[in-house]
Amino acid sequence: MDQVNSTNGYKNVVSMRGIIKRFPGVLANDQVDFDLRQGEVHALLGENGAGKSTLMNVLAGLYRAEGGTTMVHGQVVNFGSPREAIEAGIGMVHQHFMLVPSQSVTENVLLGLDEPRFRMNLSRYNRKIEEIAQQYGLHVDPAARIWQLTVGEQQRVEILKMLYRGADVLIMDEPTAVLAPSEIEELFKTLRSMTVQGKSIVFISHKLHEVMDISDRVTVLQKGKVTSAGIETKDITRADLARLMVGRDVVFRVEKKAVDAGDVVLSVEDLKADNDKGLPALNGVSLEVRQGEIVGLAGVAGNGQSELAETLAGLRLALEGRITVNSQDATNKPVKLGIRQGISLIPADRTQVGTAPNLSVTDNVIMKNYDQEPIGQGWIVNSLEAIKYASELKEAYDIIVPNIDTSVRLLSGGNLQKVILAREISSEPRLMIAVQPTRGLDVGAIEGVQKLLLAQREAGAAILLISEELEELLSLSDRIYVIYEGEIMGEVVDGDIDKIGQMMTGTRLEQIEAQGVA
Amino acid sequence: MTESEMKKPALGWRLPFSIRIEPRIDNPPKWFSPMLSVIAVVFALLIGALVIWLGGGDPWAAYSHIARYSFGSVGVLSDTMVKAIPLMLVGLACSIAFRMKLWNIGAEGQFFLGVFGASLVVLLPVLPEDAPQWLFIITMIISGMLFGALWGFIPGFLKARYNVNEIISTLMMNYIAIEWNNYFIYAVWSEGGFQMSRMFQRNAWLPRLSDLGTTMPFFRGLTTHMGLLFALIAAVVLWWILAKSQWGYEIRLIGDNPRAAEYAGISIKKNIIFVMLLSGALAGLAGMSEITGVVHRLQGAISPGYGFTGIIIAWLAKLNPLAVILASILFGALILAGREVQPSGIPTLIQGVIMVALIASDYFLRNRVTIVRRVEE
Repeated sequence: MDQVNSTNGYKNVVSMRGIIKRFPGVLANDQVDFDLRQGEVHALLGENGAGKSTLMNVLAGLYRAEGGTTMVHGQVVNFGSPREAIEAGIGMVHQHFMLVPSQSVTENVLLGLDEPRFRMNLSRYNRKIEEIAQQYGLHVDPAARIWQLTVGEQQRVEILKMLYRGADVLIMDEPTAVLAPSEIEELFKTLRSMTVQGKSIVFISHKLHEVMDISDRVTVLQKGKVTSAGIETKDITRADLARLMVGRDVVFRVEKKAVDAGDVVLSVEDLKADNDKGLPALNGVSLEVRQGEIVGLAGVAGNGQSELAETLAGLRLALEGRITVNSQDATNKPVKLGIRQGISLIPADRTQVGTAPNLSVTDNVIMKNYDQEPIGQGWIVNSLEAIKYASELKEAYDIIVPNIDTSVRLLSGGNLQKVILAREISSEPRLMIAVQPTRGLDVGAIEGVQKLLLAQREAGAAILLISEELEELLSLSDRIYVIYEGEIMGEVVDGDIDKIGQMMTGTRLEQIEAQGVA
Repeated sequence: MTESEMKKPALGWRLPFSIRIEPRIDNPPKWFSPMLSVIAVVFALLIGALVIWLGGGDPWAAYSHIARYSFGSVGVLSDTMVKAIPLMLVGLACSIAFRMKLWNIGAEGQFFLGVFGASLVVLLPVLPEDAPQWLFIITMIISGMLFGALWGFIPGFLKARYNVNEIISTLMMNYIAIEWNNYFIYAVWSEGGFQMSRMFQRNAWLPRLSDLGTTMPFFRGLTTHMGLLFALIAAVVLWWILAKSQWGYEIRLIGDNPRAAEYAGISIKKNIIFVMLLSGALAGLAGMSEITGVVHRLQGAISPGYGFTGIIIAWLAKLNPLAVILASILFGALILAGREVQPSGIPTLIQGVIMVALIASDYFLRNRVTIVRRVEE
C-alpha cells in the first residue's frame, strides 16, 4: 500500500491505483493511476471520451470502479454515492450546473443538508456563506436568486456548495467551457486562492493553454489509458502535451478511390454567429468545400462546430460574413430554400433534431420532400408514393424494421441513422454537412455510414464532415480544417496528426510552422 | 431461499401469478388505442354505478333510464344529436390544436365569439330582416367562424411572436369572451329590460328536421338542425387535412418534434397561427350553429361548458376527427342524462372519470403488462 507521504515530501490527498471502469462496449478507464497532492492544481487532459470525467466520477462517488483502489487521506475508500464522497472531503463541480433557478444562492447551498432542520433562518446562513465566499474570493450575493446570476456566478455557487460541505478536494469538470474569457480569469484567481489555503483541485480540460496557465501538474489520458502521469507543467511544452493527447497510429483506413476535386460548392467567408446563450460561437470562419471531396472539420466539442453546421443549413442566424453554395448566396436564407438548393444536413442529434420519434419510418423519410413531386401533389401527400419511396429506401439502405409504419422511436441507433442517411442521401445533395455521423454506433454501423459518405463523394457531392473522431477524419477526409473557439486554426492536407493536435488546442498553423523553422 | 424472502416474511398465501410491467419495444396493435378509450368509458360507468349504489340507488335502473332517454326513440335520439352537434365542433377544434401540442383550452371563448358573430348578422343588423334564409345562413357561418378565428388568432399570434403560454392566454380569453357577450346582452341588444336579445326571425334559423314534418310526418317534432351537417362535413374535412394533406403532415411533425420540423424547413410560427385560426373558426362555428339552430336569441348561459367538454372529447377520440363524432354523441347523451338522473352530478362525475382514466391509460400504450404464472420454485 502507498504511503501517505510520498518520498519527495509531498502529501498525497488522493491516490488512485489501477482504476478500471467499463461501459457497454467501451473500456473507459484501463488501469488508471492518479495522484493528487495537497495544494496543487492537477490538470487532467484528454480528448472527448478519453476517460477523464469517468475517472473523476469514480472519485466523486458517482460511479463504482470495477477494479483498482482509491485512497483518500491514506484511507482506502469505496464511495457508493456522492454524499459519501463529500463526507470524505471530495466535491465535484459538474459541467452542467445542478441548481434551482427560482431559489436563492443560500437556499441552493443548503439544499439537501441536515442543517437547518426546520426554520431556515436564512440571514444567519447568508452571513455564513458570505464568509466562505470572502475567504476564497468567490463574489456572489447569497440572497440573489440563481436565475439572476451569470453563468460564471452560478459556477461560483456550485463551488460554494462544495466548500460549505467541507470539501478539500475540488474536481472541476471542464469549468471553462461555459465561461466568457473574463470569467475564466476570475475563476483562475479563485482556484489559486483555494490552493494557497490548502485545497487541492483537479482541473479537467482539453484546452491546452488553460492547462498551461493554471495547473501545477498534468496527467494526460488517451482512450482510457494514462499517457503521462503527473508531469510538472513547467517541464513540458504545449506541443508535447498535444502529442500525448492525440498522438496515435491510425488504426484502420477505409478504401478511398481517387476523385478529382471539382468546382467549389461551398464557400464560407468570415462567418460570425452566436450560440444559444448569445455568446459568440463563430468568430470569422472561412472555408471551402469542392465537388467530390470530403473536407473534415476537426476540433474538440463545443468550439463552434454545431453552430457552423446550423448556420450553413439556415437554422442559425449568421451575424456577419457570407455563405455561398453553388455560387449562389445562401446566407440567412430559409431552410427550405437551402434544401431545394441541395444542402443536406445530418444533424448530430438523431432523436432531438433528426427524426420525429413517434412518427413512422415513412413519415420520417419524407420529411424533406413531402411537398415535392411525386410525393407532394398540390395540397396533398400522396401516401401511395410515400409508401413506395419509404419501402425503396428501406431496401436500399437495409433499414432493419418490421415494417415502415413502425415508429422510429423503436429503432436502434444504427437503424435510426440509416433512416436519416437514406433521407439525406436520396435527395442527391450537392452539399452534405455531416455532423458526428458515426457517434454512438457500433463498428459495423460505422463502416456502413462511412461507405455511404464515400459513395457520395464519388457521386460528386461536396461533403463537410464535422467530427470529434480524429481517426474517422483522417481516414475519410481529403483535407482537414481545425476549428478552435470559433476560428479556423489552419488546414492540413497530409493528415499531420501533430499539427492537428496542436491546432485543436489553440495554436495557429502559422505559429506551428514558425516554431518548426526556428 | 433468496435474500428478499428472508426480509419479507411470507404473507401466508401468494398469488399464483405475478404481474410484470415493461416498456413496449414495438407499436401496440391498431385496435389497442380505441380499446383503451372504450375501457375508460366502461370504467367510468362502473364508478358511476358504484356511486349511485352507495347513494342507495339502483345503478341498473339509472343507466337503463339514461339509455332510454338518450337513444330509446327517434325523438330522444334527435335531442342527443342536438347536444352532440356543438360538442363535435368544439371537439374538432380541440383535436386539431392538440395534434400540434397547442393547448387551446379557449374553445369556450371562441364558441362565445361565434355566437356573437352570428348574432351580429341579425341584431346589428348586417342583413335586412327579410333577407332570404340561405343568405342568412351563409353570412352567419362566415361571421361566426370569423369571430371565433379572431379569438383563436390572438393567443396564436402571442404564442408565435412573443412565446406567450397559450394555455393561460386561451383560458383567460374565455372570460373576456363571456363578459363581451354579456355586455351586448345586458346593455346593447337587451329587449325590454330582459337579459336577452329579441328572438331571431325565422329566416335566420337553421333548418330543422321538424321543418320537413309538413310533408314527411316521420320528422315531426325532431329538433336536430342543419348544424349536424356542418359538424359531419367539418369532421371529414379535418380528417382529410390531417391524414392526407401536406399541411396535416406539417402539423403532425411539429406536434411530435418541433425541432425536427424546423430542421425540415417548416415554419412553426406560421403553423401556430394557422392552426389557432382553424381551431377558433371551428369553435366559432359551434357557437353559430347553437345560437341559430337551438337558442335563436342572444342570451346568457348558452353553453353548459361545451368548450371544456370538447377537451375531454378530443382525448377520448384520441384526436381522431372521425372518432370525435362518436365521442360527441356519447357525451351528448351524458348531458341529456343530467336532466334525467337525480342527482344530476353523476353524468359530470362520469365525464371526469373518463378524462382521468384516459390520461392514465396512456401508460398502457407505452408499457406492456404481462401476467406471468408462478412456476414451482
